Amino acid sequence: MNFKNKMSSVLIAPAFLWLIALMVVPCVMILVLGFFQRGIYGGIEYNFTLENFQLVFDSLYAGIFLSSARIAGTATIIAVFIGYFAAYAIATSPKKWQPTLLFFAVLPFWSNYLIRTYAWIVLLNREGLLVGFSKWLGIDGGIPSILYTESAVILGLVYNYLPFVILSCYAPLARMNPDFREASTDLGASNFTTFRRITLPLSVPGIAAGAVFVFVLSIGNFITPALLGGGRFQMIGNVIYAQFLTANDWPLGAALSMVLIGIMMILLMIQASAAQRSIGQKNKEQLDG
Amino acid sequence: MVKQPYFKRRLSVLAFVFAFLYVPISVLIGLSFNEGGLPTVWSGFSLKWYERLFQNDAIINATINTLIVATVSTVIATILGTMLAIGVEIRRKNGRWLESIIFAPMIIPDIVLAIALLSMFSMLDITMGLDTIIVSHVVFNLAFVCSVVRARLKGFDWSVVDASTDLGASSITTLRRITLPILMPAIISGGLLAFTLSLDEFIIAFFTSGAGKDSITLPMQIFSMIRFGVTPEINALATLIMFASVLALSISQRINRGVVS
Repeated sequence: MNFKNKMSSVLIAPAFLWLIALMVVPCVMILVLGFFQRGIYGGIEYNFTLENFQLVFDSLYAGIFLSSARIAGTATIIAVFIGYFAAYAIATSPKKWQPTLLFFAVLPFWSNYLIRTYAWIVLLNREGLLVGFSKWLGIDGGIPSILYTESAVILGLVYNYLPFVILSCYAPLARMNPDFREASTDLGASNFTTFRRITLPLSVPGIAAGAVFVFVLSIGNFITPALLGGGRFQMIGNVIYAQFLTANDWPLGAALSMVLIGIMMILLMIQASAAQRSIGQKNKEQLDG
Repeated sequence: MVKQPYFKRRLSVLAFVFAFLYVPISVLIGLSFNEGGLPTVWSGFSLKWYERLFQNDAIINATINTLIVATVSTVIATILGTMLAIGVEIRRKNGRWLESIIFAPMIIPDIVLAIALLSMFSMLDITMGLDTIIVSHVVFNLAFVCSVVRARLKGFDWSVVDASTDLGASSITTLRRITLPILMPAIISGGLLAFTLSLDEFIIAFFTSGAGKDSITLPMQIFSMIRFGVTPEINALATLIMFASVLALSISQRINRGVVS
């Protein structure tokens, strides 16, 4: 046993050290960096200060945080709404079709994120298909292109994360015991009431997982605002990037990152603990039953 | 026959969702074969844009860089990740913190890791380039290889290892002759997964590549190209990449599944 443990430590050590050096240490460094002063020509002065955090909660950056949250929130609501109904439609399809439908719903997720986003530039730009199509329909001068607006960013986020919502909502729907719904209908509930009182509450874990995922990845998103929002339009991820690479204010960038990472981690942890609780409850139900 | 209520409504929901998911990609693929290159006019089938692609030096250099990054980081991650998986599984009990450190790279959003690595490299005054991209990619590749190999180890019959030791084989011989051959499909599958992830990865590469032109990977090249608008060449490139990654992932899944079943 002792020998096995020794060998196991030898096997674990290289990967473990790698993760410590390139994941744990960098994350700790961000935590520390935010409390230092910015040097006059960029770089860092090692004097303790809280002014970076004062700046974060200053109107400019707090405003960017709020607008990022608003965009991420809107994208989340739309993605969850569409994704849930898609998952519901798949889960109520004939059993033999379900794996295929699910496979094709998730397939786009396997292709490159940049390319999926680029596909919308192709569709939305001023010489693009949508504007061309509206001209062909005879709308005078065509509808204006929404590319490089907030709507385009939201659309891109919804498009990119929809497959994940479908997947996470499908899981509880497929597991759901059909007897519950039948019992409800037999007892005289309308289809809508059955949906509202039985199906929807039972699918909450899937909806929550999908929503948290979309929100977390949207609020910290860097690619979609840069591409579909044009340069004019900034979300917090882009601002952080600029602090590190163009504005050269690393401590402020670190402080902004810390707040962003904090928001993300809190949401992910709430979701993880909620999921754990629902699994615990399920086990308990099985034991009781 | 079970009654299927709301058949039409369900069908229209599915039609809408699948159209939403596939029209943009299909338009992109279609346009890459469009002779004239204009998005609104179809002027005939052509492979012109694909040929153009192979004459573009920037794209070829970026492709070479990407292959270097993906290959080196996959090799490192496959070796370390497999060792990690075996090490973790032969242990009686693992601390929670060890488990969380192993899982963390799969859960942490890319942007977080990217920012953290960028600030560390900047603070330590490390010149960034292909090497910093490679060591950064190993972080998440490692976690994926480890989880694929561990899944295979869960169904592993440890008595063959004991048998080998009882028959007098050294632990190295046992590892080489018994454990590794049994694990090989999972190792290859995990490695392919890591390779694909690394080929596609943009954010971490973008943040840890430094300013040099020599360290531009293909996704970074695509990013800078599409910021300036639509060209038929990018359509062709995008089409190729989409097919390549879907193909690699299907192979990876098939190798692993073929053994399990």
